Amino acid sequence: MPSVAEMAARQLQPGQSHAPSTEAVITARNLDLTFQTNDGPVHALKDVSLDINKGDFVSFIGPSGCGKTTFLRCIAGLEAPTAGEITVNGMTPDEARRARAYGYVFQAAGLYPWRTISGNIRLPLEIMGFSKAEQVQRVNRVLDLVDLNGFDRKLPWQLSGGMQQRASIARALAFDADILLMDEPFGALDEIVRDHLNEQLLKLWARTEKTIGFVTHSIPEAVYLSTKIVVMSPRPGRISDVIDSPLPRERPLEIRDSPEFIEIAHRVRDGLRAGHSDDV
Amino acid sequence: MKSILPVLTVVAAILLFWVVCVVPMNMHLVADQAQRDALVVTPDTPNARQDYSGIGLTLRNTHLIPLTYNFVRPRLPSPHQVAGEMYATIFGQKITSKRSLVYHGWVTLAPTLLGFLIGTSLGILLAVGIVYSRVMDRSVMPWAIVSQTIPILALAPMIIVVLGSMGVQGLFPKSIIAAYLSFFPVVVGMVKGLRSPDAMQLDLLRTYSASKSQGFWALRLPASAPYLFASLKIGVSASLVGTIVAELPTGARAGFGARMLVGDQYGQPLVSWAALFAAALTAAALVGLFSLIERVTLKRMGMASA
Repeated sequence: MPSVAEMAARQLQPGQSHAPSTEAVITARNLDLTFQTNDGPVHALKDVSLDINKGDFVSFIGPSGCGKTTFLRCIAGLEAPTAGEITVNGMTPDEARRARAYGYVFQAAGLYPWRTISGNIRLPLEIMGFSKAEQVQRVNRVLDLVDLNGFDRKLPWQLSGGMQQRASIARALAFDADILLMDEPFGALDEIVRDHLNEQLLKLWARTEKTIGFVTHSIPEAVYLSTKIVVMSPRPGRISDVIDSPLPRERPLEIRDSPEFIEIAHRVRDGLRAGHSDDV
Repeated sequence: MKSILPVLTVVAAILLFWVVCVVPMNMHLVADQAQRDALVVTPDTPNARQDYSGIGLTLRNTHLIPLTYNFVRPRLPSPHQVAGEMYATIFGQKITSKRSLVYHGWVTLAPTLLGFLIGTSLGILLAVGIVYSRVMDRSVMPWAIVSQTIPILALAPMIIVVLGSMGVQGLFPKSIIAAYLSFFPVVVGMVKGLRSPDAMQLDLLRTYSASKSQGFWALRLPASAPYLFASLKIGVSASLVGTIVAELPTGARAGFGARMLVGDQYGQPLVSWAALFAAALTAAALVGLFSLIERVTLKRMGMASA
């Protein structure tokens, strides 16, 4: 399995239209993680190897329990692997976390109800000790990026769920880390809002040239957004397929009706199915 | 203000119950007095009357019912007597007079507020310690719980006497007892409040490599606000009870507790009842004040629905 993943990760698809960069920002080698629970050990990750290059938009897709979130948390240094190696920007995840190498977006917006929208976005900047003037300037910049101008003084409850999630993305972007890690950020939102936010996220990615790791359980979302799709399967959590997307970097919503899109979606579905039959 | 009608209904029901109880409760005393005043009473000797319950005696002497409401030293005073006594001692006296309930109220209120302040500060400090230190979590919490199982009525005189022998008198010993009762709800509420942020919110701070103190000021403390207010409301009324209990067994000359005891000992039930109701109104006012502060604060913090 790891060899397949590695080969696929290194393989450059001829159809890839975005500037391919060979510079790996995140590398994982033979990652293993076992949780000790009251019901005995749970093998959350088994032999996971992957390279994520600079500027990639990588989606992790799979059924629950496949370790996609756990892997993202390993990258973020929120979880420590039991075996294997992982580096982020050439550092250990813990060092990278302390160097504030990434912004993290959770499934729930998790805005502080007692802070205004700009106050929430300012939170990481205050903690990291940016100057007052710099804070104001950065908050305005990311409010613009997520299209929330004019909402800076509102309290979170005054905003819709989709707007709250945009504010939480802005909060993750505020300190301008190169890497953006997103754990099912749109999972709790309805389809229409989700489409809209996907479109916005692509634009934002194009403007900021960040490397994005994105956990989802929606096939269309993964195919629409990603340059690389990592299909995972459960018990134990492992990578069952890595697909480099041939879709162009510029993606209107209509691209989801194109034959290429449908073909990739097909391959993802096959990967998911293969992973499932394994554990019967 | 939707709650005003149900509240008034309950108050009316309690008043009605009270008014009905006044008659049989006082009937024996009223019958004795009526006989001395040469009124017709059946049966006509006190000993014979002892065989009857208050209700039985009332049924035989319905003409005496009006007298039960205005008896001078009733076993159970009627509402208007208590209201009259309260009016006379609150508005009818100079507030510096020893007969003024306002004076006695302040004598009780001052140590209540000081004790509440001490208890709340102590409670918050202990809660922070418990949340951030495993050792304190294991060691302090059991003792805090044990402290509340000791009857305060037994403890209060000992504290007052011990402090008195060390030369500490007046306001402070009563405050200690008020603080003793009020720190506990604050500890319990604040521990829960400081621990209320969920794993995701704590993870978010970890992704910023926030320090513990940054996490405390930015997340844990503001998140605990709803819990703190709930505790403050319990704590402030517990403080008042603590101060009154401290006044009861220690021969205090002033304060609500002293008034309750004096009225009892010198056969002036109206004095006791007026002090009792004044204390209840004071507690209600304190809790109401904190409810108001709570409502305004949580609304401004965007947490009003809690």
